Amino acid sequence: MAWELRSFAFRRERESYWRELMSLLDKVERHGLKRLTAPELERLPILYRQVVGSLSLARAISLDRNLLDFLESLAARAYLAVYGTRTPALVVVRTFFFERFPRAFRTTWLQFSLALGLLALGVAVGWVLTLRNLDHYYALVPASVAQDRGPLSTTESLRSVLYQKVNVETASLTAFSSFLFTHNAKVGILAFALGFAFGVPVILLMFSNGLILGAMAALYQTRGLGWDFWGWVLPHGVTELMAIAICGGAGFTLARAVIFPGRDTRAQALARKGRVAGALAFGTVACFFIAGLIEGYFRQLVHNPLVRYSFATLTLVLWLAYFSSAGRKKTVP
Amino acid sequence: MNPESVLSAVVPKTRTHGVMTPEGVLLRFAVADPGDRITAFMHDLLYIVFLEVVAVLPVILVFLAGYGSSSSRGYLGAYALLVWFLIWNFYFVWFELRWQGMTPGKRRAGIRVIDVHGRPLTTDAVLTRNLTRHVEIYLPLLALLAPAALVPGAPAWASLLSVAWLVVLLLFPLFNRLHRRMGDVAAGTVVVRTPEVVLLPDLVASTPAASAAAAAESPYVFTDEQLAVYGIYELQVLEDVLRNATGPTRAKTLSIVAKKIRTKIRWHAPPEGFKHEDFLRAFYAALRAKLERSALLGIRKQDKADRSSR
Repeated sequence: MAWELRSFAFRRERESYWRELMSLLDKVERHGLKRLTAPELERLPILYRQVVGSLSLARAISLDRNLLDFLESLAARAYLAVYGTRTPALVVVRTFFFERFPRAFRTTWLQFSLALGLLALGVAVGWVLTLRNLDHYYALVPASVAQDRGPLSTTESLRSVLYQKVNVETASLTAFSSFLFTHNAKVGILAFALGFAFGVPVILLMFSNGLILGAMAALYQTRGLGWDFWGWVLPHGVTELMAIAICGGAGFTLARAVIFPGRDTRAQALARKGRVAGALAFGTVACFFIAGLIEGYFRQLVHNPLVRYSFATLTLVLWLAYFSSAGRKKTVP
Repeated sequence: MNPESVLSAVVPKTRTHGVMTPEGVLLRFAVADPGDRITAFMHDLLYIVFLEVVAVLPVILVFLAGYGSSSSRGYLGAYALLVWFLIWNFYFVWFELRWQGMTPGKRRAGIRVIDVHGRPLTTDAVLTRNLTRHVEIYLPLLALLAPAALVPGAPAWASLLSVAWLVVLLLFPLFNRLHRRMGDVAAGTVVVRTPEVVLLPDLVASTPAASAAAAAESPYVFTDEQLAVYGIYELQVLEDVLRNATGPTRAKTLSIVAKKIRTKIRWHAPPEGFKHEDFLRAFYAALRAKLERSALLGIRKQDKADRSSR
């Protein structure tokens, strides 16, 4: 009886297409889609569909292991090349800051409020405790932050911190600024990443940061420098505390996905909420950058309390406006 | 018809992850195992350190040599700090965005990041999966190497608990099926091996089975009964032997296999003698033809013990 293997004939028919696709894919993987000429770019999706069809057919009619593995791998490579999207870097940055970041904030405003509330609670508790008994200052404020300022410092030395007559060398301000930025950004990223631990570390982190701030405020309050102290903190503090709260909110978003996944599995819930949280954490890096600039430059250069307070109010208004209205227009995501 | 059983028959035991394409075909990717991921990560760390050194070394040299006024030093210091921070935190993000889920280290190890559902890899996903690395890797390593630095002044039980928690995070990829980090789970991504298989010539091409005319003259004739003994699994093992047995032991391997098959199917050698390789190739072609024909009718005999097709 005369027969011919169908799989053999099938392969003979189609092998040239597969080889063509292989050479195209080698080009794409080495140099990116941009290197393809226009006709090649047209060919790619056609060849991809062809090979996917070949794979389906081969699975049904062929028992050649090598052929099946080859088609699997070719189809997978082609799939990744065809369906991987590439947006230019500037477009990515622009859509992120003008759409994704503010929208992510609005979706998670509840978690943000929780984080902010914990911060405020920490400030209040630290303030009250230290007012009652100044020794609590030592317990609440770690040495690295206190830097030899404490209940034993003279009022004059405390005041001098708030209005440091820095030798105006912009270069050292820049260095100081960038140090602050990197340090605070690390804290923020930590707050976000710790969200996995069911939010508990994030709660502690928010609260303890608040305690430190409250204790220091109380110390300055007892020396009659309360007004000056807040004038020193708020210009950059508005931005920085907001950023820390956003990171805390991102951490809580993760925690919420882990604890209350709703109808999804935990992995699915994490995947969905996780991307939002990640976008938030990344956006706060920019906020920390801004806060670092303010803390490094503005605070050292401007000493008038009224100017400081107006600036703080200005930043508050700007951030409110940004988060409430940016990205509200319906654009393609 | 069950393509899954064919695919898993002789495939080496790596875990696979299936992705349904918009065309309705299931593509299987081999999941990258922890060894590959660690290798890629080590390479990436090396590259990061190299980049940092290249970027920051000139500044350090300037400082040590005492050049420049204090103001220019301030600028240089700021630049160094900023660059260091950016490289350290955004190396992975940058590359995974530009190279569609690959970094130089991953490229070397032959793995890449894809979306777990097969959708395009989004920016958010890349950001998320990389921002958690601090907690998953850097902190646990710090906890293991210098626990006191991590939680200064905390009571012993608290540090122990936090260290234990961090170690769990570090080892998390070992405990789930797709070897994902917590960052992967949060971002909905998975790391897979980049597919790469070479197309070898069809084994049937060089045998008489390729054309009907040559088949009539071949001394290797098998009856239907003889071809009904083995199933798909044995066919693919035979293919593996024919393709991959190389070197000095090839002849010996082939003769052993040929003897086994001859005995099992009770095939009698022709009087003029025969060559093991030709016999095996002819048998392979005939067996494959028969099994493929039955497969077209929906009958798949998985292996020699499979009697369901009778």
